[in-house]
Amino acid sequence: MRTWLQQHAASFGATVRRLARTPLATLLSALAIGASLALPLGAYVLLENLQRVAAHFDGNPQLTVYMALDASPDQTGQIEAQLKSSAAVRDFRWVSRDAALAQMKGSSVGDLLGLLDGNPLPDAYVVNLRTDALAGSEGLAESLRKQAGVSEVQLDTLWIKRLDALLRAGTVVVTLLATILAFGLAAVTFNTVRMQILQRRDEYEVAKLVGATDAWVRRPFYYQGALLGLLGAAVALGLLAISSIWLNRELAALGATYSIDLRLSLPPTADLVGVAAFAALLGWLGAHLSVSRHLLAK
Amino acid sequence: MPLISYSQVHKRYPGGYEALRGVSLDVEAGEMLFVTGPSGAGKSTLLKLLPVIERPTGGSVVVNGQNIGKLRPAAIPYVRRNLGLVFQDQKLLYDRTVLDNVTLPMHVCGHAPREAARRARAALDKVGLLHKEKLNPAGLSGGEQQRVCIARAIVNRPAILIADEPTANLDAQNALHIMEMFRSFNQVGVTVLIASHDQHLVERFASRVVTLDQGRLAA
Repeated sequence: MRTWLQQHAASFGATVRRLARTPLATLLSALAIGASLALPLGAYVLLENLQRVAAHFDGNPQLTVYMALDASPDQTGQIEAQLKSSAAVRDFRWVSRDAALAQMKGSSVGDLLGLLDGNPLPDAYVVNLRTDALAGSEGLAESLRKQAGVSEVQLDTLWIKRLDALLRAGTVVVTLLATILAFGLAAVTFNTVRMQILQRRDEYEVAKLVGATDAWVRRPFYYQGALLGLLGAAVALGLLAISSIWLNRELAALGATYSIDLRLSLPPTADLVGVAAFAALLGWLGAHLSVSRHLLAK
Repeated sequence: MPLISYSQVHKRYPGGYEALRGVSLDVEAGEMLFVTGPSGAGKSTLLKLLPVIERPTGGSVVVNGQNIGKLRPAAIPYVRRNLGLVFQDQKLLYDRTVLDNVTLPMHVCGHAPREAARRARAALDKVGLLHKEKLNPAGLSGGEQQRVCIARAIVNRPAILIADEPTANLDAQNALHIMEMFRSFNQVGVTVLIASHDQHLVERFASRVVTLDQGRLAA
């Protein structure tokens, strides 16, 4: 066990020294990996923040039920009972046709109403829907439409749906981006490790002649891949931190004009550690592919 | 029981060239054996079977009671750790010092760095190159490079030392010096196998000599 640990420590140390011996090549590889990580990570942060802001505006999804002009009190009572029992409804209020007319007279179109005979406006229920049960509101609107005495039902949730769909599309884009660039990361380590293998062919041939196991020969390349992944993650998080500081300065000014807090917040530390671990894993994977392809293919 | 036993060994390379055609040969522990013959006779191939650089295509090679022609690949490194290999072209690494070249087999076996360096210095001392441990092997003469290669071969204290044309690129004086070094290892109990085409040099040592010709042992 101790020997095993010592071997790993020695291999790890040698790998670190080797990376440090070619600082420019290491830096460039780390930058390439970092850039390919920063892109989806940045998009993810933007999306997360957008969702947070979107959750703040509940958008007041509303449903308005216009009664027919000849609706009976019975029919009106039935509608009221249905609204009371529906899970999608937060609250509702009754706007009688007289109240509606009075409200309209006070507005800019009030003068036009004088041209009409009598009151053309219907009685109505204005319903505030629960944001968390928007899916149920469709059904509610549909069934209200079928009720006797109802002339029209207007469901006003369209823009929330649009935002929701937009955010969902954004999530797909980020996922796709992350997947593609994960392949990119593995490819960068694959190539870097391949170069190392070609450069050090003599070394591992001699090592094998004096009794090195395959594992011993492979080990430093695995460490190299994982370390490059980690360095890349560090670069990506650095880029992210710098750009968020820069962006936040502008966003704070913009947010102040709407009196909301628009600043980007970075993901929690656990997520960042997860990203680093994932990058190391991808680097290891790239190294594994490279080692399997170039080192043992003889 | 002999330490090394070749029986009816055939080796046919891909492409059809037959390097060995039915060689049977026993080597006792503690023996010093010269394998001679013209180039292309199969000397190198005979020696390469021991570290399993090549495998026989017929017959068996038994070392220490183990049929090494049939070893699974994962077991090969452990066979090599008990052998010391000296090559005609040395196979030194020119990106590191003499000392680091000699410690490589120790690192490969998982020895602690301090122990590895201590043993490597002892090995370099035996070949008379301790004062050059910090140099790059590229700066050494041919004879010195061959001695570094020998130090690397003995650093693990192997029971068997195998040298394939160790003096081919050396002048007569250096060649003799190298051969005497092998004899001194043999005198402390190491079994030594040396392939050499230099008949005159071989005859100066009172050791067993076998001659290969076109893949067969000559009488």
